[in-house]
Amino acid sequence: MSLTTTRLRTAGLLSRLAAGEDGAPGRAALIGYLPLGFPDVPRSVDAAVAMVEAGADVVELGLPYSDPGMDGPTIQHAAERSLAGGTRVRDVFGAVEQIAATGAPVLVMTYWNPVLRYGVDAFARDLAAAGGAGLITPDLIPDEGADWIAASERHGLDRVFLVAPSSTPERLASTAAACSGFVYAASTMGVTGERATVGTRAEQLVADTRAAGAEHVCVGLGVSRPEQAAEVARYADGVIVGSALVRALQESESDPAHGLDLLAEVTAGLAAGVRGARR
Amino acid sequence: MSADAQQRGPLGTHAGPYFGQFGGRFVPEALIAALDELETEYHKALADPAFGQALARLHRTYTGRPSILTEAPRFAEHVGGGARVFLKREDLNHTGSHKINNVLGQALLVKRMGKKRVIAETGAGQHGVATATAAALMDLECTIYMGEEDTRRQALNVARMRLLGAEVVPVTIGSRTLKDAINEAFRDWVANVDTTHYLLGTVTGPHPFPEMVRDFHKVIGEEAKAQLAEEIGRLPDAVAACVGGGSNAMGVFNAFLDDPGVRLYGFEAGGEGIASGRHAARFSGGSPGVLQGAKSYLLQDEDGQTLPSHSISAGLDYPSVGPEHAWLHEIGRVDYRPVSDVEAMDAFRLLCRTEGIIPAIESAHALAGAIQLGAEARAWTVAGGSEPVILVNLSGRGDKDVATAAEWFGLIDADAVPNLNEGTQL
Repeated sequence: MSLTTTRLRTAGLLSRLAAGEDGAPGRAALIGYLPLGFPDVPRSVDAAVAMVEAGADVVELGLPYSDPGMDGPTIQHAAERSLAGGTRVRDVFGAVEQIAATGAPVLVMTYWNPVLRYGVDAFARDLAAAGGAGLITPDLIPDEGADWIAASERHGLDRVFLVAPSSTPERLASTAAACSGFVYAASTMGVTGERATVGTRAEQLVADTRAAGAEHVCVGLGVSRPEQAAEVARYADGVIVGSALVRALQESESDPAHGLDLLAEVTAGLAAGVRGARR
Repeated sequence: MSADAQQRGPLGTHAGPYFGQFGGRFVPEALIAALDELETEYHKALADPAFGQALARLHRTYTGRPSILTEAPRFAEHVGGGARVFLKREDLNHTGSHKINNVLGQALLVKRMGKKRVIAETGAGQHGVATATAAALMDLECTIYMGEEDTRRQALNVARMRLLGAEVVPVTIGSRTLKDAINEAFRDWVANVDTTHYLLGTVTGPHPFPEMVRDFHKVIGEEAKAQLAEEIGRLPDAVAACVGGGSNAMGVFNAFLDDPGVRLYGFEAGGEGIASGRHAARFSGGSPGVLQGAKSYLLQDEDGQTLPSHSISAGLDYPSVGPEHAWLHEIGRVDYRPVSDVEAMDAFRLLCRTEGIIPAIESAHALAGAIQLGAEARAWTVAGGSEPVILVNLSGRGDKDVATAAEWFGLIDADAVPNLNEGTQL
């Protein structure tokens, strides 16, 4: 069976959720991040599946990298553990295939060098074959991404580039035009991690990015609690949560079963926040 | 201008963002606005005579420029090949290395941009000390990121930076060395970019850093060229420099890039040998890739994960190299070769004993390189049949390396060791 034909892409799901399904009101998506290979590869797959079952609509699977410049301490430590445990880049394809079997779109979040090293077209080909939806690329701007833009077109993958509160109107427009799936709006100037409040510039950035031509805009960085998720869900197409989910796994490392329960509990809370938000 | 058109021009005035297939801006979007601002401000400053005058005045009255050129005849006897060796004395600059050239240039830009805070990475501590110095001079708040491993190895430089008023933050993630300090500096910069300038210390990173840092250092080669013209009335036959990130090397090479008769050599840290895997020789043991903002050569595994580098010299202990070097390597203009820890330390001691100059261990790699070149010099076609002339960029002085050298050569009496250790744990 070829997964490619049934592969889910992100934009369609975001549109369906926004329109409301089966008479339900429209809503934003919950996008949950977990790093591949933490605490090990099979358990990271179990965790991602548990996250979907608990209410995450889209999975963002992080490829561990030696120099994660956009990540705060929680995700840095998880990536370090994953690499120390022997996680390989090629492990991502099997993991994506298993997680995609849940029916949720799976995006891979990766720094650029591992893709460059694997071969940009080969990576795109193998990700598509595994049923992946596309890539989120935190250190690749569209200006440097000609090879990836061509490869993602060839293999039918989503390209998620980032915008930030510092982005000029010109860059919002060019980035929105280069994205497919959605545009990732960084809520604040900073790295990943939990914060007491979501950046006040996030709502304006979403509005500006839409005005610059983006069809879908999802917000990440610093969203960790249900009420924050609800707040963001009122104005964005998707709410991206990472560190809070990773921390749930970390806190229960010695007791894996409890770790999955805690992860499911945190996910369910965030999902309720997203679903309860008035649009 | 297209990349092709750019590269048909003179090599010495080559501008970023690309050097052949290398360079670029592989950074989060959040930093693009700051990089654009820096590029714009830098080009405005270049066109403003007042900026050049202010920097030249600082160099004359604070750095100690021009740095002198010293012939090293007793050292040259060991180089062989009948060669004459001249040392460009960047070790005599204030703070003890070439690093101050770039730091003062960027600090003046920071004042123009109206920012109040600078951050920097440091490995051995030389760039951190130079940055802390400029921050004190120009009344800027200063935070230095340094791998925890390096804060232990270079405890005295940590104390120097703190004396100068800088905050030193030990970095406890990853390999806890220079590359991790750079990651942490980028994270700080993303979060504080409105008020803060990242005073990057070498010709690596995203555009415009490689071009700008090179420009601030090209005074080294320009001075040396004029000084040699006065001393010997001609160009050197070869120029030797050590290459970590590569700023001192770009600085001394730049003035000679368009003189085809001048052979250019970059000496990387060969560590314990290429075969051992414990080295920092990106051109002998690395491959093209992206790290910390630029495409260049780097040490990486088959998955593109950065491999740890190794060198006895902390300043050369970095897994990547400036993108302009990667390009000069690809087009064959500069010959990059490894020098082992052993060769470097032999050259270190030789310069101490023959010339009364204690070099930085980084610079000792260039001296060891000159000794390699001596064996080849007789085969060179030399102007007017005179002796071959080798210019060595002596990028820094070795005060910071005395403890390492004492241990290497076994120079400390056993009884004195506890006292030395106390001294280095200030």
